[in-house]
Amino acid sequence: MGIKINKDLCTGCQSCLSVCNYGGITIINNVAAITDECTLCGACVEACPVGAIEIEMEEIATEGVDVSQYRGVWIIGEHYNNKIQNVVYQMVGKGRELADKLQVNLTVVLLGSKLEEELKELSQYGVDEIIYVKSPILKDYCTELYVNILTDLINKHKPEIVLIGATPIGRDFAPRISKRLNTGLTADCTGLDIDTKTRNLLLQTRPTWGGRIMATIRTPHSRPQMSTVRPGMFKIPEKIEKQPQIKKIEMDINEKDIITKIVKIIKKEKKQINLEDAEIIVAGGRGVGSKENWKIIEELAKKLNAEVAGSRVAVELGWIDQDRQVGQTGKSVAPKLYIACGISGAIQHRVGIQCSDIIVAINKDPNAAIFEMAHYGIVGDLHKVVPALIEELKRLKSEEELKK
Amino acid sequence: MDFSITKKQQMIRKITREFAETYIAPVAEESDKNSQLDPNVFKLIKEMNYFGICIPRKYGGAGLHNDTISFAIIVEEIGRVDASWAITVGVHCSVVAYPLYIFGTEEQKQKFLIPLATGEKLGAFALTEANAGSDAAGIETSAVLDGDEWVLNGSKIFATNGGIAKTLLVAAKTGQRGRKSIFSVFIVDTDTKGFSVGVKEDKLGVRASNTSELVFQDVRVPKENVLGGVGNGYQIVLKILDFGRILIAAQCVGLGQAALEASVKYANEREQFGRKIGKFQGIQWKIADMGCAIESARLLTYKAAYMCDHGMDYGLASSMAKLVASEAAMQATHYAVQIHGGYGLMKAYQVERFFRDAKVAEIYEGTSEIQRMVIANRLLRQTF
Amino acid sequence: MKVFVCIKQVPGVAEVKIDVTTGKLIREGVPSIINPVDKHAIELALQIKEEQGAEVIALSMGPPQAEEALREALAMGVDKAYLLTDKEFAGADTLATSYTLALAIRKILQESEKNEKYLVICGLQAIDGDTAQVGPELAEELNIPQITYVQKIEFKGDKIIAESALRQDEVMVMETRLPALITVLKEINIPRFPTLIGIVDAYEKKEVVYLDTRQLNADKRKIGLTGSQTQVWKIFVPQQKGEHIKLSGSVKEMVKQLCQYLKEDKIL
Repeated sequence: MGIKINKDLCTGCQSCLSVCNYGGITIINNVAAITDECTLCGACVEACPVGAIEIEMEEIATEGVDVSQYRGVWIIGEHYNNKIQNVVYQMVGKGRELADKLQVNLTVVLLGSKLEEELKELSQYGVDEIIYVKSPILKDYCTELYVNILTDLINKHKPEIVLIGATPIGRDFAPRISKRLNTGLTADCTGLDIDTKTRNLLLQTRPTWGGRIMATIRTPHSRPQMSTVRPGMFKIPEKIEKQPQIKKIEMDINEKDIITKIVKIIKKEKKQINLEDAEIIVAGGRGVGSKENWKIIEELAKKLNAEVAGSRVAVELGWIDQDRQVGQTGKSVAPKLYIACGISGAIQHRVGIQCSDIIVAINKDPNAAIFEMAHYGIVGDLHKVVPALIEELKRLKSEEELKK
Repeated sequence: MDFSITKKQQMIRKITREFAETYIAPVAEESDKNSQLDPNVFKLIKEMNYFGICIPRKYGGAGLHNDTISFAIIVEEIGRVDASWAITVGVHCSVVAYPLYIFGTEEQKQKFLIPLATGEKLGAFALTEANAGSDAAGIETSAVLDGDEWVLNGSKIFATNGGIAKTLLVAAKTGQRGRKSIFSVFIVDTDTKGFSVGVKEDKLGVRASNTSELVFQDVRVPKENVLGGVGNGYQIVLKILDFGRILIAAQCVGLGQAALEASVKYANEREQFGRKIGKFQGIQWKIADMGCAIESARLLTYKAAYMCDHGMDYGLASSMAKLVASEAAMQATHYAVQIHGGYGLMKAYQVERFFRDAKVAEIYEGTSEIQRMVIANRLLRQTF
Repeated sequence: MKVFVCIKQVPGVAEVKIDVTTGKLIREGVPSIINPVDKHAIELALQIKEEQGAEVIALSMGPPQAEEALREALAMGVDKAYLLTDKEFAGADTLATSYTLALAIRKILQESEKNEKYLVICGLQAIDGDTAQVGPELAEELNIPQITYVQKIEFKGDKIIAESALRQDEVMVMETRLPALITVLKEINIPRFPTLIGIVDAYEKKEVVYLDTRQLNADKRKIGLTGSQTQVWKIFVPQQKGEHIKLSGSVKEMVKQLCQYLKEDKIL
């Protein structure tokens, strides 16, 4: 098994070298050769213009599943403190789209105890079916119960796609289920689509290398195709008139059977803000200059009803709290509008904001990297631009009020 | 012929670099400003076993006594972020602990070497005097035998680590043979009565490293504290200096490397006339010259270390290494300041400190002129 | 007690640059490192050893050069190290990786005293793949309980009590019993640097044991590319959306223009 090079066909053109991310291929005596670093990702196979590279798979009889038996798109609903998490609604929007392409049902599965009110809300977003497993013990998350119950349900109903929020909880139980079912799981997807041209496979796109590279991943031979979905990537859909079928399963679970127990849940002292869900973010970096100057960032945010965030430097200099740091070592955000003030745009920061719809950059250095990705760039001193922007926003607001 | 370093040496380089960048680099500027070594870094360096690099395990060291290349690599990597720490650690290891290991009696090793190698005590080597600099044979500090003790009188200047050391190696005159002085090396505990630290020098470069005057007034040292036998001082001092020059060479390689890296970074960032200054030939030539000089210095340094580890006479090699490396560091830091332009003069940019640190290296442990004399003398005596 | 630490060697990604035209990572001169959070896993294992005695065993699956990562773990103070390396392991996704790691852990347990309790520690996720899946899948394969996102841990006899960051605004304190697997966050500790003595010992006194398909008696259907259910279909550099407009004019004009654009984009 491995990558095979047809030496007669290979022209030594080096096309394969440039697509390999692992240093897994090299050219020796004008012919491509595979090195120890090869991970068999297959990028070189596709890149070869003369078809000289093949992936050779050892023919080992695998207990393949009959993929045609599997139908339907499932979303596993995460909740806590009796509140269904936003990512579930976001997945419903995307899940609907996938289910429609496949012409199958969209199902949300919830494991909980007092979610009746939440079910009413969830029912308004175009779901075909809700499976509600109810037990007092399911009030809080429990790895074992989620894995046991969901694996049984999946085995029984055989959905072809299972989507789970890529929250810590989702990423805690999803891998165990995939392992128990011996099926593929793709982590932290930012894009999902159906490859309708071929076998209706789920195309799961996700960032790797801290967002420097995107990979699209498929699960061809096993079912269900499982993905965890990054929160904030998909829009919550509009409400529609359509009542889903609700299947309620009451379960009797003995607490004694559970090995891993929650001892207690402690509220974190500081109020956590959810930058990931923010619609507008105003962020500042080194260029702001001082804690005193930071006030104009806050003022602009207030005017826009936005959350305030900072680059790593801003956090390190103590201008803003760590939980408002955006970037590789902080949060990845996906607002509709991201305004970067005095942020030069190191790759680590850019990675964290690449999912923003619109990026505005204000920086006095015309060569700052942030301008490469900004949709609107203003080269200028933020200490002049930001106050001017605040004034303009005030003016626009009063203009609007006058119209009314 | 093999120019590659071993996996173990690679790991030592990698870890030392990470350590130096994590803990030493952030306080280097402050230490330079205050002429003071950071006590926290001191503690960490001790934990890392860097005070016992060239000493066997049984004397509390790291066991790299046959791996001088590793010693050079460590000094180089520390020197890459802070020349002051490189000289502090290097002097302790190469001209105090290592000679004690090579020339010391078992008793001396038990008593003095172990606390040095574990970093409990810091060492200094007291040789230079006001009237005996390059001409080390002219030292006037005297030692006179009185019963079972030697009585030391005199004063030493410019002793690296002098003011903060607990164990000293002191060269003192113990006799006269015709017109020639005979001297010996003594192990002196700084707690001994009659010893005191004089002026702490305020220097141009390696400012954080301690350089002090040491005063001996009727300092009584037991007989068993003579290192390598009475009257053998001259030979021992020469051997100590042979090894010490590898330290300075390695420190300079690190310093030059730092100047090169800072210059490359700056040349790739700074734009003038619409392009990166690294695109201009004037800058390119400087970068090329820096790279060549540093690499030559590195090879000579490792070669001297290699010869030392293989029992070869490495005196000439270490002189060449010290000369070439200190001048390479001077040239590289000089160019680095030039490449940085006005910013190169500013304290906020490290190259300003590098430049000052490099100048010291052309002077201590034998000036460039002395090295040239030594090298020339050897070459003129050599048959090819 | 045995404490297993699973580590991965990754390219020092902070230094990895991308050639935008080809989408290729420029790997030249990029050093390989221990996946950063895995160092915290090693540190935790060493602290457990120091506090209550345990044998700490590091495991890694990867090409032969991953030996360096294990040597570094040994230099930090790990007792034994195993490198799972074989051409047939190449192309493994998390399912195949967790299967292979589990084989090694079972093999080591079989060779040690019966019913010895053990703990497996993994870093939360690797910086190259960012999946966070190998830990839980390994726990499933070994059929032991897990606590993930651990930021603090305490032992009470056979039980462990861990603080987990499973919820964003709350700390979940969980209890389980050994054997168990935990995945840890960077917040849990500050990893130590290997001392010089540690490094010398790692090369002169300790060894890295190589295990291949045959020695692990691995089922070929479950390892490497064959044992992987996910397939990388395409790799590309993320496209930045939209056009890039640099505004010009006086500050006032630029600000006006910006608000105009944002209105057109239906944001204001």
